[in-house]
Amino acid sequence: MSKYMADLYRGIVKENPTFVLFLGLCPTLALTNNLGNAVGMGICVVVVLAITNTIISMIRNVIPDDIRIPVFITVIASVVTVIAMMMEAYLPVLFDSLGIYLPLVVVNCIILGRAESFASQNGLMDSFVDGIASGLGFLLGLSTLGFARELIGTGAVDMLGFRLIDPKLAPSIFVQSSGAFLMFGLIAWITNTIKNNKEKAAKALAKEEKKRKALAAMALKKEREAKKAEEKPGVADRTKKQNKSKQGDENNG
Amino acid sequence: MDNAVSLLTIAFSAFLIQNIVLTQFLGLCSFFGVGNKEDSAIGMGLAVTFVITLSSIITYALYIFVLEPFDLKFLSTISFILIVSGLVQFVEMVIKKYSPNLYDNLGVYLPLITTNCAVLGVALINVENIKPEQSIGMNIIMMIVFSFFTASGYAFVIYLFSLIREQIGKSPIHHGLKGVPIALITAFIMAMAFNGFIGMF
Repeated sequence: MSKYMADLYRGIVKENPTFVLFLGLCPTLALTNNLGNAVGMGICVVVVLAITNTIISMIRNVIPDDIRIPVFITVIASVVTVIAMMMEAYLPVLFDSLGIYLPLVVVNCIILGRAESFASQNGLMDSFVDGIASGLGFLLGLSTLGFARELIGTGAVDMLGFRLIDPKLAPSIFVQSSGAFLMFGLIAWITNTIKNNKEKAAKALAKEEKKRKALAAMALKKEREAKKAEEKPGVADRTKKQNKSKQGDENNG
Repeated sequence: MDNAVSLLTIAFSAFLIQNIVLTQFLGLCSFFGVGNKEDSAIGMGLAVTFVITLSSIITYALYIFVLEPFDLKFLSTISFILIVSGLVQFVEMVIKKYSPNLYDNLGVYLPLITTNCAVLGVALINVENIKPEQSIGMNIIMMIVFSFFTASGYAFVIYLFSLIREQIGKSPIHHGLKGVPIALITAFIMAMAFNGFIGMF
């Protein structure tokens, strides 16, 4: 169980597809002008990723290695088509607002990336959990961006039903298309700084540990040398005596 | 005359106003991945232009001659992506055989194009843009002009972007901004500049 928790942590935080790996950027920028679209797209990717990872893990031993990419793409495209048709039937409003980006989930780098690097080498349950984890990471990235853009750009979040800024004062650049780059750039700046600082701290910690170990090793060495030096005079005396007695024997002979 | 004007409008709109990268957000993975060196940006731009123009003609023909008459529209995503990936492989083999020189320059970028959303995106937009009131011939000409200029818009923007990023690489910036974040903010400024073209027509 803890193994799956570690998988989830890796997919959502440590290797977050949006803020760490920067994969699947097209929907990340295009569909985050409000939180509703962002969450819809994110959930869609979670479902697709879980299903495709499971299917690919099931058929991984049957696929010839040379044509695996076309096979993966066919599997992904079929799943996406099914999901799109279901969405058109049951959630027509969301289907319309996702528009062309729904079929484009097929070429989302995260899905093909997980299929290629994880599901084609691992067992069924692991691949399923990995798909859920990466999908949730993507959902987290999208909803963070969607929340920030909608809140700052319009002053309110429709989905959660609260208002912070007067709509006349809200800087509407953030909900326009160019504002997507700015908002994502700023959030990526913050997350990147946090990541770099963490790495630096980890490096400093490792360095200190190394220093301490080196010091301890040096102390141990010194101790040993001191011990040897104590033992050495005795050894040297004995060898000298032996040599002398040998020489004496030879002389006698 | 009327047709010529509308073609010109389509071309300008696809190239600058509705730029595929900066306003439609397609092809961003390669835009940020490859657009940090001038040479690779030119190579990627040319390869994408070629593949988009060719693949949109084939997918369009498939759609109006096979998928639409037989009522198989729901298969468009699957068939388009298979055509794109097959075409990319085919182009790679042809270039390798007949022009090794060109292959050395473009070869690395060709496999990446399969998962470039711009290619599938243009194919899907083309199909949505079919105007039933006009003849098939006119529709096809408009589609070819649109695809070619959209792809050239991609090549143009990725080239400009690579020039800017090469300069950014030399300048001292905060460690958290290095890499993708500063590229995103650069793209923001470029998108603002391209917004200025709105209202030209």
